Amino acid sequence: MPVDPPKSPVVTLNGVGRTFANGVVALERLNLNVWPGEFVSLLGPSGCGKSTALRIIAGLTEPTNGRVEWPAAEAATPRRIGFVFQEPTLMPWATVEANVRLPLRLAGLEPDAQARVEAALTRVGLSGFAASYPRELSGGMKMRASIARALVTEPKLLLMDEPFAALDEITRFRLNNDLLALWQSLDKTVVFVTHSVFESVYLSQRIVVMTRRPGRVFAELAIDAPYPRDERFRTSAEYAGYCRRVSEALARASGATDEP
Amino acid sequence: MSEARPKDGASPGADRMLRVLLPVAVLALGVLLWEVVVRAGDIPPYVLPSPWLVFSTLISDRAVLLASLLVTVTTTLEGFLLAAIGGIGLAVLFNQSRLIEYSLYPYAIILQVTPIVAIAPLLLVYLPQPAAVLACAWIVAFFPVLANTTLGLNSVDHNLVDLFRLYGATRLQMLFDLKLPAALPYILGGLKIAGGLSLIGAVVAEIAAGSAGAGSGLAYRIVESGYRLNIPRMFAALLLLSLVGIVIFFALSLLSHLMLRRWHESAIVREI
Repeated sequence: MPVDPPKSPVVTLNGVGRTFANGVVALERLNLNVWPGEFVSLLGPSGCGKSTALRIIAGLTEPTNGRVEWPAAEAATPRRIGFVFQEPTLMPWATVEANVRLPLRLAGLEPDAQARVEAALTRVGLSGFAASYPRELSGGMKMRASIARALVTEPKLLLMDEPFAALDEITRFRLNNDLLALWQSLDKTVVFVTHSVFESVYLSQRIVVMTRRPGRVFAELAIDAPYPRDERFRTSAEYAGYCRRVSEALARASGATDEP
Repeated sequence: MSEARPKDGASPGADRMLRVLLPVAVLALGVLLWEVVVRAGDIPPYVLPSPWLVFSTLISDRAVLLASLLVTVTTTLEGFLLAAIGGIGLAVLFNQSRLIEYSLYPYAIILQVTPIVAIAPLLLVYLPQPAAVLACAWIVAFFPVLANTTLGLNSVDHNLVDLFRLYGATRLQMLFDLKLPAALPYILGGLKIAGGLSLIGAVVAEIAAGSAGAGSGLAYRIVESGYRLNIPRMFAALLLLSLVGIVIFFALSLLSHLMLRRWHESAIVREI
């Protein structure tokens, strides 16, 4: 999926900075364009402000400098954004169905909710678990429910904050594949935060490598391997080559602002 | 934390039976011992009545005792309900407005730490007796509800708060769809404590009112029987008070179990 230059970005971060009340500078002069339909990963060492950048895009944190620019059509708030947290973040007292329905309920979209909730659950392979409670699900299934909830409002932009970091490798690989399939079939734009080189290379078209605190863009790397990507890609020399290059960039980014 | 609960390797069914049978056996043994000691030592009833005499007093004095039971139970339940409403209501109010919380919370604490036994006589000076008894039951019972509900409302998963903000939840949606359900286990814990305390509050006030009391609850009966050296009736009234406390405890435990059994860790039986 090549990115056509004339398209206008879904969202633009223009010199965004964020300084916390305790004086820690999490982000500094961060510039980033997110193009429609792309799968872009923010990769960086922990504490590089990549989660903060995601929260700023979502409107959960205000930038202290710079601006987040949206196209005029997306000016209305709350914006149609899907957000997947690092933890599944499900309401333990509600069934899977009620959890997935929540965004529609909060938006007052109850009437046609049923069909949309069912569709979202089917997409993530949880249609048989609508009446289950989160505690009855495995870690991977909880994360699927969380993704279904993010999809139920049919947002154009999906923000994912290290969603699979806490899962075992087998489950993570399977969810990586399912996420790619969803992304290809639903025409979403995905901004994916991760600290895993391997995950970012496998998933993304473009990887934005960030420096350690204060977070800035250190390098951008395109991963030009075609989709659909599968286990063959994961074991290919091409994949290994990309991983090596991204690892090197990450190592340089981590050392870039290493203070004594 | 107690894990691996049937410790002796018993099956869950047998374990549950033991949990009922063992306390009952201990009770039967205790009562039997009591009866034997009274008979063998020929102890007069005004020193220590035998269990049998207590039981027969319960039957013969049932008219007086049941009327008193009704008075105490009514007061306790009213005090408990007011404590639940007041405690949860105040906690929600405090949660919505920091200014109100700062203004009032210290006084809730003062009300809690001042011994109720010392407040009761004053209340009896200013209020008619039934109202004073009710006020006592309320004062001792509302604080655990307030404190626990406040803790629960402040313990909401911050990611869920972010999620609600992301989807533009209103203040009311935040309260009713997120904070109160998340606080429910804490609220129920507070209510469980408040149930027992409201009985204590009612009893303390009845005793403080003493023989001057017009309304005549079980505690009043105990004081009155004490003056008359009617020890068997004291025991009978005490027995009824204990039963009230037990029933309240089990009713609230059942309520808590029914409301939490599907989702909360505390109500889940784990298979190991």
